Amino acid sequence: MLEIKNIHKTFNPGTINEKHALNGVSLTLDDGDFVTVIGGNGAGKSTLLNAIAGTWQVDEGNIIIDGIDVTKLPEYRRARYLGRVFQDPMNGTAATMEIQENLALAKRRGKIRTLLPGISGKEKEEYKELLKILDLGLESRLTAKVGLLSGGQRQALTLLMASLKKPKLLLLDEHTAALDPKTAAKVLETTDTIVARDSLTTLMITHNMRDAIAHGNRLIMMMNGKIIFDIKGEEKKKLTVEDLLHKFETVSGEEFANDKALLS
Amino acid sequence: MGLTLAALADAMPGAVAQGLIWSIMAIGVYITYKVLDIADLTVDGSLCTGGAVCLMMIVNGHDVWVALIGATLAGGACGLVTGLLHTVMGIPALLAGILTQISLYSINLKILGQSNRGLMAIAYDLPVTSREVNDALIFLAITAVLIIVFLYWFFGTERGCSLRATGCNENMAKAQGINTNVNKVIGLAISNALVGLSGALLTQYQGFADINMGRGAIVVGLAAVIIGEALFGRLFKNFALHLLSVVIGSVFYYIVLQTVIWLEFDPDLLKVLQAGVVAVFLAFPYWKGKYFKKIKTSKKGGVTNAGN
Ligand SMILES: Nc1ncnc2c1ncn2[C@@H]1O[C@H](COP(=O)(O)OP(=O)(O)OP(=O)(O)O)[C@@H](O)[C@H]1O
Ligand SMILES: [Mg+2]
Repeated sequence: MLEIKNIHKTFNPGTINEKHALNGVSLTLDDGDFVTVIGGNGAGKSTLLNAIAGTWQVDEGNIIIDGIDVTKLPEYRRARYLGRVFQDPMNGTAATMEIQENLALAKRRGKIRTLLPGISGKEKEEYKELLKILDLGLESRLTAKVGLLSGGQRQALTLLMASLKKPKLLLLDEHTAALDPKTAAKVLETTDTIVARDSLTTLMITHNMRDAIAHGNRLIMMMNGKIIFDIKGEEKKKLTVEDLLHKFETVSGEEFANDKALLS
Repeated sequence: MGLTLAALADAMPGAVAQGLIWSIMAIGVYITYKVLDIADLTVDGSLCTGGAVCLMMIVNGHDVWVALIGATLAGGACGLVTGLLHTVMGIPALLAGILTQISLYSINLKILGQSNRGLMAIAYDLPVTSREVNDALIFLAITAVLIIVFLYWFFGTERGCSLRATGCNENMAKAQGINTNVNKVIGLAISNALVGLSGALLTQYQGFADINMGRGAIVVGLAAVIIGEALFGRLFKNFALHLLSVVIGSVFYYIVLQTVIWLEFDPDLLKVLQAGVVAVFLAFPYWKGKYFKKIKTSKKGGVTNAGN
């Protein structure tokens, strides 16, 4: 489904701020893989997701989604294959537009925008049904402006939008990090529900090791722009937070103890 | 010249007509400034382009209506140039607009052939002239309504919705597969097409086109948008009504302007007054935010924040 071959990305090359943020990352995801991604601050996790999404072009390497080489495609052209939820709840939705208008925009992801109506009556009914799985009462607020929603509600809506037109790959960048623990748990639960319902191939970044272990069928750890640990199947099921910390310490030779991850 | 109320009343229909003409430009400004979130300075040039094209087409024997369409298209072309400067050449939108505006000064001079040219209103069958203000008022009101209806339809289409998303949250728009660059170009073109039409109507109304007729147009447009918002922002929620509030804002602005002139305010100082009023209105949300924050913290924090 996703094939990443030896990608590199350097920010601000040739300046004092030069940063080799992706240093030869290769990764192959099978259909229906749900991969959690962990790693310290600045490890290159977001950069990896941005490389896939096409926020900018990589310097080297190839990105192939479902057999199509998208390495050179601009962000908006790749979007047809991708569902995305960002860390900042403000980022994934258009605040001045209605809930149903946001959903209608997502429904047309990857399609040429025509002069046909932006939303049809039939769609509205459909969205009402879909919003029910979020269990946030949004189904009765179709015409409310998204800017009126809470961060958690917006994030749940973004998740729904990302999966509305089944993506080949779902990219989640710490999409619960900005939420309070209870809301975060709820959004994660919805994530599981949606991913399972549509058997979506998913990459989910998280800072929470417990979440990384509890969700998905595969886990990768990144450091200094590289994947340093990759575990799946039965082995991953047996994984504990201690295992991960130990692994991190042996590879990095650093204490990971003061990271937020331990506390949560 | 005394301050007779009769004189003011006489001037009112004209003020309303001018307000309606400029409201078409203000709607254009609304599209860029409010919908696309771009401050587009092309308008100062494209207004005159519309006027010049319309005038030259009429004096060269074209039908008045064809001339209006020509002016609209010419305005749209100006917006297209700014859009391409911005998206293809990566020039910041504000600067792209200024570059187009500056080059339009020369182009407008070339179109007009001189810096000022008259249009004999009696020689042609013009839909808007200051000689027949009542007819002009009806025509302009209908035009404004038709434009609002058109834009209401357009911004409800798939393409129109994607334009609104582009202005509201570009990241989100891209993630939804929207080509935001194309949308910005489309938005700038539509906006300046309206500005061109407005310039054409203004030329017909006043009976001449002048190289400086668009100077400060952006300020008038912003004033209309801001006044409309201040008057009806809380009341009007629907997009069509928002546009209507811009029209009313523009008319209101010209009525006030006429009154100021009637009060024998020094006309040389009008522009500084205009800019000052707009500056204050633009500052309002900022000041309001600051002011309310202070009240909140001082209420919560009680004595601790007494050093105000
Ligand atoms: N657009 C950019 N321009 C310059 N440098 C960047 C850019 N994006 C990321 N970087 C740098 O690349 C490195 C990796 O950043 P990245 O955002 O991928 O980290 P991360 O693993 O997501 O960390 P976090 O857990 O803090 O989100 C960092 O040093 C960061 O400063
Ligand atoms: Mg990150």
